[in-house]
Amino acid sequence: MGNEGEMVRQLIPEFERRYPGIKVDVQQVPWTAAHEKLLTAFAGGSLPDVFQLGNTWLPEFTVLNALEPLDPYVRTSELTRPDDFFDGVLKTNILDSTLYGIPWYVDTRVVFYRKDVLRAAGFSQPPHTWAETLRLCEIIRQQASARGIKRYPFFLPTNEWVPAVAFGMQAGSSLLKDQNTRGDFSGPQFRKAFQLLASFYEKEYSPSGMQLITNLYNSFSEGLITMYITGPWNIGEFSRRIPDSLQSEWMTAPLPSMDTISPGISLPLGTSLVIFGKSKQKEAAWKFIEYLTSTEQSIKFYGITGSLPPRKSAWRDTSLSRNIYSRAFYEQLQRVEPLPHVAEWEQIVIKLQLYVEYIATRTMTVDEALRKFDAEVDQMLEKRRWLVENKRIR
Amino acid sequence: MKKHKGHFQNEQRTAAAWMFLAPAMSAIVLFFVVPVLSALLMSVTDFDIYALGNLKYVRFMGLQNYMRILDTPLFWTAMRNTMYFVVVGAPLSVALSLGAALMVNSKLTRFKPFFRTIYFLPVVTSLVAVAVVWRYLYHPGHGLLNHVLSWVGIAPVDWLGDPLFAMPAIIVMAVWKNFGYNMLIFIAGLQNIPEELFEASHLDGAGGWRQFWDITIPVLAPTTVFVVMITIIGYFQLFAEPYVMTEGGPMNATTSIVLMMYEQGFRWWNMGYAAAVAFVLFAVIVFFSVIQMLIQKRMQS
Repeated sequence: MGNEGEMVRQLIPEFERRYPGIKVDVQQVPWTAAHEKLLTAFAGGSLPDVFQLGNTWLPEFTVLNALEPLDPYVRTSELTRPDDFFDGVLKTNILDSTLYGIPWYVDTRVVFYRKDVLRAAGFSQPPHTWAETLRLCEIIRQQASARGIKRYPFFLPTNEWVPAVAFGMQAGSSLLKDQNTRGDFSGPQFRKAFQLLASFYEKEYSPSGMQLITNLYNSFSEGLITMYITGPWNIGEFSRRIPDSLQSEWMTAPLPSMDTISPGISLPLGTSLVIFGKSKQKEAAWKFIEYLTSTEQSIKFYGITGSLPPRKSAWRDTSLSRNIYSRAFYEQLQRVEPLPHVAEWEQIVIKLQLYVEYIATRTMTVDEALRKFDAEVDQMLEKRRWLVENKRIR
Repeated sequence: MKKHKGHFQNEQRTAAAWMFLAPAMSAIVLFFVVPVLSALLMSVTDFDIYALGNLKYVRFMGLQNYMRILDTPLFWTAMRNTMYFVVVGAPLSVALSLGAALMVNSKLTRFKPFFRTIYFLPVVTSLVAVAVVWRYLYHPGHGLLNHVLSWVGIAPVDWLGDPLFAMPAIIVMAVWKNFGYNMLIFIAGLQNIPEELFEASHLDGAGGWRQFWDITIPVLAPTTVFVVMITIIGYFQLFAEPYVMTEGGPMNATTSIVLMMYEQGFRWWNMGYAAAVAFVLFAVIVFFSVIQMLIQKRMQS
């Protein structure tokens, strides 16, 4: 999918050389169309033997019974060792104690920040807790207004759900309740998280609309924003797009936390490789997954695309261990927690984005927003509730 | 005997007629009647992703999908947005295409084929390509539109990012993209007006304005009715413009009924619900078309 769908072609010749009987045909799909395309392909019975799935999409495809359980393959495999994968990432692929996907690359979210701005505010280290972060934001804002300028210390886009969910998990919310058949967003934990999020907009630490930040990299270079939560692809983008004079002044840090344990919980995103349950070439499909997710190939893939390997052994390679920017990701990957395994998850978080927008623009109060959001989530989960109550699924 | 022969001939004729109709009829049945009936059937079930995985999980819902639609805030938002688009966009489109048709058809205009072509060009241009250009025009920072507005001292507007301006921005783009089609129909209508009518009225001393109101408009009435009808029906089905420009945002300000249906159906695979949305939209369009026909009848009598 997307860029990696193109880049993976470079790894194919070596595979075909090793397994002369297998020929690989790569179909690239743009990310924006991938989800619909895969579902439609399932309905039409034309899913490929092996395909890539976003980690949050896995439950949908297990509901469809579209995926081959991979435990038997892993048991006899020499290359794929489950304990080599980051725990939180592997758990994302285990549903009802069955393994359905092998992580291909990981994507978790950390903070990208400006060292010089933090230094000027008296922070030689990035903040470890959100309380500290809010203090830092206040200092940056005051320093700016003393100079008569407007600064947004912590950019939290109103069209992203990841920070809201990460905050919620850090606050101890299970997000869904009653065997994942109802929303738990109006519960006290998530409310605490949403209040934290709302305070960034209220105190104008983050702009409450999207119109001000039209070019993230310019805004970051100009100092309009100081901190931003984002993923590994931005290591490459920042290296290319931030002017040379500022290259030594940006860095990455794991998420601050709500308690005293650092880092704070983040999400195991990224993608996995899966086998279509009705594939006629499951053995060959497995060989291909085994090959692509091997330590050796995931290091190579990192070299080509910058996608982070899900295997701890790959991180011992110097290309990764010496990269100062990926260090924060390594630390963060030690503390990622899987998201609820429900087919409706994608639908839920897209709706959550809308409610983030509502509280950012103060269209609704936190309590009102969460109450309405929970009602919508309960409706989305109605079918699941019925199936669970009738013991059709777990 | 004669009578019998005639009957036989008639029967033969009917059979022949059916044979000629068969290819077209079977296509209509296969690609129209069958899908519409299946959709109707689907709209009284909760066919969804679970049902796609296991057909045993389909439930018969009766009219519950329809009740749920009326109970969904997003449906009413989408309805409001769609009405906004129809009420503002359709008259604008009809007026603009009539104006363009009159100009292109005027005796004073030179290079008629040239203007006809460039006004029609947006209609045949791929919407995705058009969207790329328009998104650039609407860009809050570097967009041409804001640049021009800054000359008269208007502060930059985030056209597609502000819930207040997103729909007007979509309307302007949609009208620009579509008016050429109606313009061609109007031109055809204008060319059907006999030149003698204008000459006679000229001799009677009628000026240009008088000719427009007393000749052009009445003669063009059937064309206008047709154009208004297809424009309204078409505009109710607003989808592609917000789909490529805003994805229904910001804060659902450009979510139309069809966009909502598409998202429910193909993004979340709630097929039963989405099918019900389609029939609700159908009912709305029928309702407005009937009203329009009634108004038309009254005006004629």
